[in-house]
Amino acid sequence: MDIIIVGCGKVGYTLVEQLSSEEHNIVVIDENPNKLQYLTEKLDVICIVGNGINHETLLDAGIETADLLIAVTGDDEKNLLCCVVAKKTGHCHTIARVRNPIYNDEIEFLKKEFGLAMIINPEQTAANEISRIFQFPTAIRVDSFAKGHFELLHFKIAAGSPLIGLKLFNLHSAFHTNVLVCIVMRGDEVIIPNGNFEFNENDIVSIASQRHHAIEFFRKIGIMKTRVENAILAGGGKISYYLARALLQSGTRVTIIDIDRARCEHLASILPDATIICGDATDQDLLMQEGLDHVDGFAALTGLDEENILLSLYTNKVSNAKTVTKINRITFNSVINELNLGSVIYPRIITADYILKYVRSTNNPKDSNVETLYKLAGGKAEALEFIIKADSPITGTPLQDLHFRKNTLICCIYRNGKVILPSGQSVIKKDDSVLVVISGYRISDILETLED
Amino acid sequence: MNYFIVLYILGHILKFEGLFLLLPALVGLIYREYAGFSYLAMAGVCYLLGTLLNRKKPSSQNLYTREGFVTVALSWIVMSIFGALPFVLAGDIPSYVDALFETISGFTTTGSSILTDVEVLSRTSLFWRSFTHWVGGMGVFVFIMAVLPLMGGSTMNLMKAESPGPSVSKFVPRVKDTAKILYGIYIAITVCEIIILCVFGMPLFDSLTTSFGTVGTGGFGIKNSSIAAYSPAIQYTVTVFMILSGVNYTLYFCILSKRLKEAFKLEEVRWYLFIIFAAAFVIICNTRHMYPTLEETVRHSFFQVGSIITTTGYATTDFDLWPEMSKMILVILMFVGACAGSTGGGIKVSRVLIMFKTIRKELSLIIHPREVRRIRMDSHVIEHDTVRSVNVFIAIYFVLLLASSLLISVDGLDFTSNFTAVVSAINNIGPGLSLVGPTQNFSVFSAFSKLVLMFDMLAGRLEMFPMMVMLMPTTWKKR
Repeated sequence: MDIIIVGCGKVGYTLVEQLSSEEHNIVVIDENPNKLQYLTEKLDVICIVGNGINHETLLDAGIETADLLIAVTGDDEKNLLCCVVAKKTGHCHTIARVRNPIYNDEIEFLKKEFGLAMIINPEQTAANEISRIFQFPTAIRVDSFAKGHFELLHFKIAAGSPLIGLKLFNLHSAFHTNVLVCIVMRGDEVIIPNGNFEFNENDIVSIASQRHHAIEFFRKIGIMKTRVENAILAGGGKISYYLARALLQSGTRVTIIDIDRARCEHLASILPDATIICGDATDQDLLMQEGLDHVDGFAALTGLDEENILLSLYTNKVSNAKTVTKINRITFNSVINELNLGSVIYPRIITADYILKYVRSTNNPKDSNVETLYKLAGGKAEALEFIIKADSPITGTPLQDLHFRKNTLICCIYRNGKVILPSGQSVIKKDDSVLVVISGYRISDILETLED
Repeated sequence: MNYFIVLYILGHILKFEGLFLLLPALVGLIYREYAGFSYLAMAGVCYLLGTLLNRKKPSSQNLYTREGFVTVALSWIVMSIFGALPFVLAGDIPSYVDALFETISGFTTTGSSILTDVEVLSRTSLFWRSFTHWVGGMGVFVFIMAVLPLMGGSTMNLMKAESPGPSVSKFVPRVKDTAKILYGIYIAITVCEIIILCVFGMPLFDSLTTSFGTVGTGGFGIKNSSIAAYSPAIQYTVTVFMILSGVNYTLYFCILSKRLKEAFKLEEVRWYLFIIFAAAFVIICNTRHMYPTLEETVRHSFFQVGSIITTTGYATTDFDLWPEMSKMILVILMFVGACAGSTGGGIKVSRVLIMFKTIRKELSLIIHPREVRRIRMDSHVIEHDTVRSVNVFIAIYFVLLLASSLLISVDGLDFTSNFTAVVSAINNIGPGLSLVGPTQNFSVFSAFSKLVLMFDMLAGRLEMFPMMVMLMPTTWKKR
């Protein structure tokens, strides 16, 4: 697919990296030649210095034959305008990043009127993810599928957990649960476990399940935490706003700490139910004064990654709160994974996943459609939800008779409002939603999970 | 320095050289020559050694600019070292230094020979000699990139080191696709020439080797009298194809993607054609008295101008006998060279253009000391970095030129021979003037001078920087 990406900031770069590694032909437009210079040295793409709204520049980038344009400059209006110009010049689909809360309620209107394929709001998406984690703090990450009907829940095996040393085939008899272990991350390694797999301390385990079964399971292994009732958000940026709004709606008490007076005033006027504190979030006294040691949830959402990391480490030291750390820029994954940061949120990666899902679903619309996509374990594995649109070799045959590729697991089948945790006899039918976890290869069609 | 990745890629190069060597082996089979066996044996050795080197993928796949440059420089050296062996094994060139000179001259598309009589060589060796031009013309890495999925964006570092011109631009987003397009055009031009030459009555073997030499802008002939041995129609054909091969390949890509307007606007190509016609015109006037008919004067002038500016080095007449003015024009053309992004050598027309524009800019700065002016090409602003690298290139170029001239002067040859031999080596042309003129050869030089010239040829083909980086001790340090 020929894709034009306008704007090469954090999200832009992540997108270029991901899409280029998936064999798409990418042209990048940015006004900063230094950034592009760096990009051409690292990735196999063409870069054009210029303004993405400019007709000439877009023609140079090959808009007439491009399939997709993604506008992710720092400026909402520019992104929208760029998409409109692109749409009028070529025949491509367009995706714009729009993140100003002012436009938030008009997203659908904008999308329709400007003929956009998709509007992404990384801050909103990140806030949704944090809010899901606060709803269910036992998990360090919650990925929802089939419009929230079943979930992939990730949790860490802490010291003293009854799971340690347990073999996977004994899991069911030991706990009588209705959950499926999909994937386990052990250090840098990604494992799709079989029956002989033995759980270790510090493994990050992902289970596919419905919410009530998961709650039961977590209760049985003794790590169930109830949902967050009150939360402190450090930093008053856009994510904080979207998150506070979602949390307040579900009845959680929210305290936002921000250092900028004007920003606080503004937040106070648009979030009347939240407590807004104007002060330095790195001030220990202030945090204690606001009851950090008694709070259920803490999200470090300031603009500085380093500050966020320190705040979360501190919070984990002084309280039992569920912590969420936002990391925007830095990429020292191997170090970050070793720190006790609770859940880590990367807005740029969430956004990239979102767009990847779109790209893959337009890639192969014939017999199945990528509905949802999450990258797991730093991109080493993927969880994909497919809607089966037509009968194909994968439908109608019991799973045990199909020859799947290595490192493939059918985790869940969702049919007519019912969740089926598949066994060997299960059959995939037309109109099912199927959750597949794969590692080591990429697919855009569920048929690709079968061996040739 | 990540030595593992360098060795790994060298393994690929050797494997490909092994495959390339199979072609002359096939020729040997067709003509039933024993020389074929030595090529077959070398093909096996290269392939085996290559497989040995890239048996295991290195753990760190990082290929930074430094590794890119070193890899390219080393690959060309290694390729030449192994490519020279069959000449010795087949007994066609007894001395290894001579064989190495011939091979480097082949891969770098220079076309300087140390052979006093090429017609006694086996067909197999003649074919390999010309085929090295074809391989070296577009570049081995470009070839490898077109067929092998190497590592991601960092392959750009390899392409940067190998392709001629001040800045490398891709036609399409992926290096792999760009490389495929380049080789597609390259093969198409070659096949066209082979067919046309055959139509004009050239034997198939001759038209194959001549085409390899033309399109790769090499210049090894299989006759002692180079192209003079063939009919005028063939000479005209070769002239046209030489000039076509010296054109920036962007032109062909623009034409293929139906952007004709852009194609005809390419500043470099316009100047390139202008220089050819202007030079040929002056030479026609200057040499008119030497040939019986105007047609012959025109033919020889255009052929020699085309041959020298594209740095091919074929000859249809002994231009060493031409008047001084015509000879001087040819020497200047040697420096100018072909277009960037073509298979030719030399400083490149675009660099010369940028150089003149820089001069104009500096002069204009004396008149308006506070003027801000940017250098433009094809109505695009040229970045300061590119201008700087052009200046440095030209500086290195002349330092190398003078240093090499000094080194080979120990042989005690006359000034013209010395100087034009080095010019011809650095610019990958082939013949020079006087003792190294079109009817002469490089066998007059000592082994030491030949080594110096070999270095010059490689430095010229790889555009100075990769070979120069190899001379820096810090390059070889582990970080």
